[in-house]
Amino acid sequence: MKGRLFGLVGGVFLLTVCSKGATPRPANESDASTPPAAATDESSTTQQGGGATITGRIKFTGTAPRNRPIDMSEEAACKAKYTTNPPAEETVVTGPANALANVFVYIREGLPASAKYPAPATPVVLDQDGCRYKPHVLGIMVGQGLEIRNSDPVLHNIKAVAKKNRPFNVSQPTAGMKTTRTFSAPEVMVNLECNVHGWMTAFVGVRPDPFYAVTGPDGSFTINGLPPGTYTIEAWHERFGTQTATVTVTGTESKTANFTFAAR
Amino acid sequence: MNSRILALSVFLLPAPCSLLLSQDTTAGKVVYQKWCAGCHGDNGAGDGEGARYMLPTPRDFTGAIYQIRTTASGQLPTDADLMRAIDEGLPGTAMPGWSTRLSDRERRDVIAYIKTFSTFFADTSLRPQPLDFGREPGGGGDDALRVGRQFYDSIGCRKCHGDQGRGDGPSAPTLKDDAGHPVFAANLHENWLFNGGGTVEDIYQRLRTGLDGTPMPSFSDLLEQKFLTETELWRVAQYVRSLSPDQAPAVRDVIRAPRISGALPRAPDDSAWTAVDAYWFPLVGQIIRKNRWFAPAVTGVWVKAVHTGDSLALRVVWDDRSESPDTAWLAHVGRVLAVSASDDSAGERPASWPDQLAVQFPVAIPSGMERPYFLMGSASAPVYQWRWSSSSRSTAVPGLARGVERFDPIPGGGGTPVGAQAAYDHGQWRVVFTRALATPDTASQLPFRTGRAIPVAFFAWDGSNGEHGTRMAISTWYFLALDEPVPASVFISPVLAMALTFGLGLLVVWRAQRKTSFRRQQ
Repeated sequence: MKGRLFGLVGGVFLLTVCSKGATPRPANESDASTPPAAATDESSTTQQGGGATITGRIKFTGTAPRNRPIDMSEEAACKAKYTTNPPAEETVVTGPANALANVFVYIREGLPASAKYPAPATPVVLDQDGCRYKPHVLGIMVGQGLEIRNSDPVLHNIKAVAKKNRPFNVSQPTAGMKTTRTFSAPEVMVNLECNVHGWMTAFVGVRPDPFYAVTGPDGSFTINGLPPGTYTIEAWHERFGTQTATVTVTGTESKTANFTFAAR
Repeated sequence: MNSRILALSVFLLPAPCSLLLSQDTTAGKVVYQKWCAGCHGDNGAGDGEGARYMLPTPRDFTGAIYQIRTTASGQLPTDADLMRAIDEGLPGTAMPGWSTRLSDRERRDVIAYIKTFSTFFADTSLRPQPLDFGREPGGGGDDALRVGRQFYDSIGCRKCHGDQGRGDGPSAPTLKDDAGHPVFAANLHENWLFNGGGTVEDIYQRLRTGLDGTPMPSFSDLLEQKFLTETELWRVAQYVRSLSPDQAPAVRDVIRAPRISGALPRAPDDSAWTAVDAYWFPLVGQIIRKNRWFAPAVTGVWVKAVHTGDSLALRVVWDDRSESPDTAWLAHVGRVLAVSASDDSAGERPASWPDQLAVQFPVAIPSGMERPYFLMGSASAPVYQWRWSSSSRSTAVPGLARGVERFDPIPGGGGTPVGAQAAYDHGQWRVVFTRALATPDTASQLPFRTGRAIPVAFFAWDGSNGEHGTRMAISTWYFLALDEPVPASVFISPVLAMALTFGLGLLVVWRAQRKTSFRRQQ
């Protein structure tokens, strides 16, 4: 009986001790994020339009695979939104002259480890419209809000499949609903999917810095405001995989990094 | 100054903490390796030796993604959540309960060890917070169920679980988990197989938390957005619960076939069936003969039987998410075969197979306890079967099975044809088999007799789950007993017995009275 009592007291003691031991962690974290002036030199120059710029065009060689058509007969409200072209998946979206869209380009390595960039207050918007995600590929910063909207009068669930971030799976049964989520760790890519509509997928590149871009239909991208340095740039495509290039920039110069993917 | 004290405390404190943890995890590792690693793998990745034979696959602990929690979507589970899964197991999966096999200490230790497989548990900013579920509101009844049904529709449950809740919704064939493994939307009529438990509270909690790693989302956001109230979400849980029987069906060994005076009910939805008792027989995967089958879709059959003295009608009802063959399920078949390809059976390409059912009897009613081999007999001792397939649904083929690989149809029914009528409705097959009790072919086609225990067994195939041939769900032998016609003596004897007892009683009283009056006279 006495032993049990001692055990209990000891347990309580250890518990207090342990929880105290744990407290410094969040304190440290807030330390890191509180002095924005000191840590965010680089990003503040970004905002002022200084720094170096890397631009490029992304192309593909060969024949782009045909996107699979989507059978939306189950969802009349979504199907009705496609009056001209029938809906198809967006696995490979191309533009004129073999331009490749929906490529996520980001700085994989080369930024100073100590650099910290605050997340913008404005969220990134992901819309569910016509039973498709708009956009299909997007970039977001750690801690920045991802505002998920439903413009369809049907049930969507939004499931994030991640390894370095915690997942989530929430539902929006009707139009006009909004949910905001954030990611806590860099990860390329977090996959979003709707299980009600198996064809709906989106890819979210989560970065600790603002130096990323997604190519549009002309295949071009621009990353500006970079501090001087030598960078490994990675271009990620849903189907064609990844490619990297090394670029060194100084001052406010502009450099080019083009990528060519082989269609497969 | 403050930070210095903090730094100091950080420096001093890890010692007792890590000591405490290491004790737990070291002991936990021993328990884990002995009892858990066989399925969950040495490194907790859900890839143990047994994992190849399971669907759903064992939990991969490295991602710290857990289905059954009391925390919000995406959050870690609490220790109590993990303890519950270990204590009670996960119904509908291969995970058993451990509360009787492992001590409290062992189970606590193994939880500490399981948490070391993922760095998420070490992140103190991710401390799990159980949701406040409140309590099931009162005022149930039909009105509550009506509200529940209304929100079942409006929050889109039917998309996966189907209009009648049998897991046959339009999105059901496309469902997969994070690892790409096939996932069935739960059949809401079988709450005893719900992974997180089948009570109203359990169902409400799953609606609030979602089942992480699976397609089932959390509906908590809808409360914040005032799409529905907590009470209305509770009504959904009550409605879902109302779809299953009050108690998980108990297995009764003998199907009693009452004798009826009217016409034989040949149609699956003949009103005569409503008065007849239904018997539940669970089915399991055929894992004896290759190719074995570890992922059967049909969980069991509900059986009713009646006879008229001349003929027998046997109605078999079972839940099946698809009316096979159905090309919408081809991708699902591919996923199922991809998972099962890792077991020891031969791989094959997905195809659109039909649904099938077989009812099995011995060729003759055995006189002793000896019965043919339950798994479709053997070459020397065949069994008599009725086979039905969804590709020719109004016929049943009688024949002799000589082991799982060989079935010899009896041409033209051999003078004793077996009738079949089938209906498919919202995730459920209902098939009625009919046959004359007597047969001229007494050598191979069982003559049915009343008042005898006739062995019977059932086999089912869900074609849209990749099932055909030896890949099927099976039962063991049970019995069918046809009521004997009630002889007139049954009604007369009790009356006679009562009259006789009354007469004898009167005699005793009369004699006793005579004796007392004689003594008084003296």
